[in-house]
Amino acid sequence: MANLPLAVTSSALRPPRGLAARLDVPRRVTLIAAGLVVLLVGLLLAFIGWNGIQIFTATGASLTDVFAPIWSPSSTPARFGILPFVFGTLGVMVVAALIAAPLSIGLAIFMAEVAPPWARSITRPAMEVFVGIPSVVYGFLGLTILVPFLRDNFRGIGFTLGFSWFAGSLVLALMILPTIASIAYDTLITIPADLRSGSLALGTTRWQTIRHILLPAAKTGLLTAVILGMMRAAGEALAVQMVIGNRPTIPTSLTAPMTTLTSQITLDMGNTVSGEPWNQVLWTMGLVLLLMSFTFVVIVRALGRRASQP
Amino acid sequence: MIERNRRLSAVVVLAGLLAAACGSSATPSPASGGGASVAPPASGSVACATGSITAAGSTALQPLVDKAGKDYQAACAGSTINVQGGGSGTGLTQVSQGAVQIGNSDVTAESKNITGLVDHIVAKQGWVMVVNPDVTGVTNLTSAQATDIWTGKVSNWKDVGGNDEAIVLILRPESSGTRATFKKLVLGGAQEATGQALTEDSNGAVVTAVKGTPGSTSVIGFAYYQQNLGQVNALKLDGIEATVDNMKSGSYKLSAEGHMYTKGEADGLARSFLDYVLGPIVQGATIPSLFYAPVK
Repeated sequence: MANLPLAVTSSALRPPRGLAARLDVPRRVTLIAAGLVVLLVGLLLAFIGWNGIQIFTATGASLTDVFAPIWSPSSTPARFGILPFVFGTLGVMVVAALIAAPLSIGLAIFMAEVAPPWARSITRPAMEVFVGIPSVVYGFLGLTILVPFLRDNFRGIGFTLGFSWFAGSLVLALMILPTIASIAYDTLITIPADLRSGSLALGTTRWQTIRHILLPAAKTGLLTAVILGMMRAAGEALAVQMVIGNRPTIPTSLTAPMTTLTSQITLDMGNTVSGEPWNQVLWTMGLVLLLMSFTFVVIVRALGRRASQP
Repeated sequence: MIERNRRLSAVVVLAGLLAAACGSSATPSPASGGGASVAPPASGSVACATGSITAAGSTALQPLVDKAGKDYQAACAGSTINVQGGGSGTGLTQVSQGAVQIGNSDVTAESKNITGLVDHIVAKQGWVMVVNPDVTGVTNLTSAQATDIWTGKVSNWKDVGGNDEAIVLILRPESSGTRATFKKLVLGGAQEATGQALTEDSNGAVVTAVKGTPGSTSVIGFAYYQQNLGQVNALKLDGIEATVDNMKSGSYKLSAEGHMYTKGEADGLARSFLDYVLGPIVQGATIPSLFYAPVK
């Protein structure tokens, strides 16, 4: 035992001997698992990247052809402007985050700081159930309840159809609320109790402690929670597609229909043939989505680094 | 030691599965090229072949291919016919890549610049304009009126003889076979008013949207309309009602051929199944019962 480093023997008190020791199975298994993940991500990137640039390399479109505001792929000449979808994905996501962030952070504060144990024992499982509901259920509820509700009651302010940017954002907000709330909760409960005690000892109220001590201390974690929620929002296709109206133009107001990258990809992918420009531009849209999600990962990691610094 | 070996074997099994998964997607099903010679079917009987094939593509044709496939399998022990949707483009792509044996499509392979496929026209399928039931006074649209509505020139039902209500246009995606066919046959190629319309993914989603949205109109497959009678109202086109007979005779113009493509000449089970679809059982009974029109 003495001649082996401690790390190798950490999984078992009895050191492996002979063949097992030379093979070092646990290390290899975990290495293969890790390698597979990296390999799959790499292959995925290469595949989507290669397909995503075909519209430029094989068809000869320019960046300004693709990042243009007009989508009219079956007219002559065909126009493959994807800006309405990029705008749609960002727009529906940002508004969803604006709705969900205050609510979910409020919920997290309630659970971490205010709720008595019995209330916490209800809200925590309730939130987990929330996470597990399939997105098609949210979409179906949005389609059968929210869309007619908006159309029948708010026609006066512009919801003539019900299908709208706002409807998409509201459905998404509901979907990302538990994601943000649970990460925010985890952040809040890791704040050292000394901070709370010290603040309260100075005679502050609970609200003052939350407002001036806890929220600033948890700022980075809360921001990470919101961004992870936005990532989930950006990738969601089905629920949004059912309530957003799928109009491929840049909307002029929250009450107008619009569409997103994910929704347009699902609408067109089955009907286009691989190799035609129309199909190629769908891959480009997938690549854009992937790059957006990378941007979020980079932001989250940068925030994480900042948080770990003193 | 036993524990470790078990873990190692789990990894080996996993790697094997991965290899198998990659292998099976790359190689076409060996049964498809079975090459058993098949006699043409006599009236009322099925000339069976064995093996396994997959037919994928058009969702408009899917109910028909699905039913014919199930009937064929029931009649022929040892045959498996998998029927999948995915859209006409998917069907054409997959059959030309050899991933499936039959590709179903509403549109021709030529229109998508795909070569090397053999066309089998198996049925005529129709589409019908539908409106929300609160639209009154309109039971017929001429092609010219439909064009005015679909291009956004007319935006109130009162301008085509109906009640005073705004028209809500619901489209299928621009790549859809339904939309392309309607655009070609009724709109004369005119561009739809996309910026004033909603878009829904499938026949089912369109029925839901038309049913729920006052003043709305759209186009759905005739078979889907028949399944949703009473939920949405059908309109005549140029004074002619959508019926199987009118589609067969060609007097109802919003209908088109449904294609089942094979890569090269069909053989084995694919040949036998296509013969069955083109034979008297499917053409005479199955097709009309599903509200398609026979081609024979």
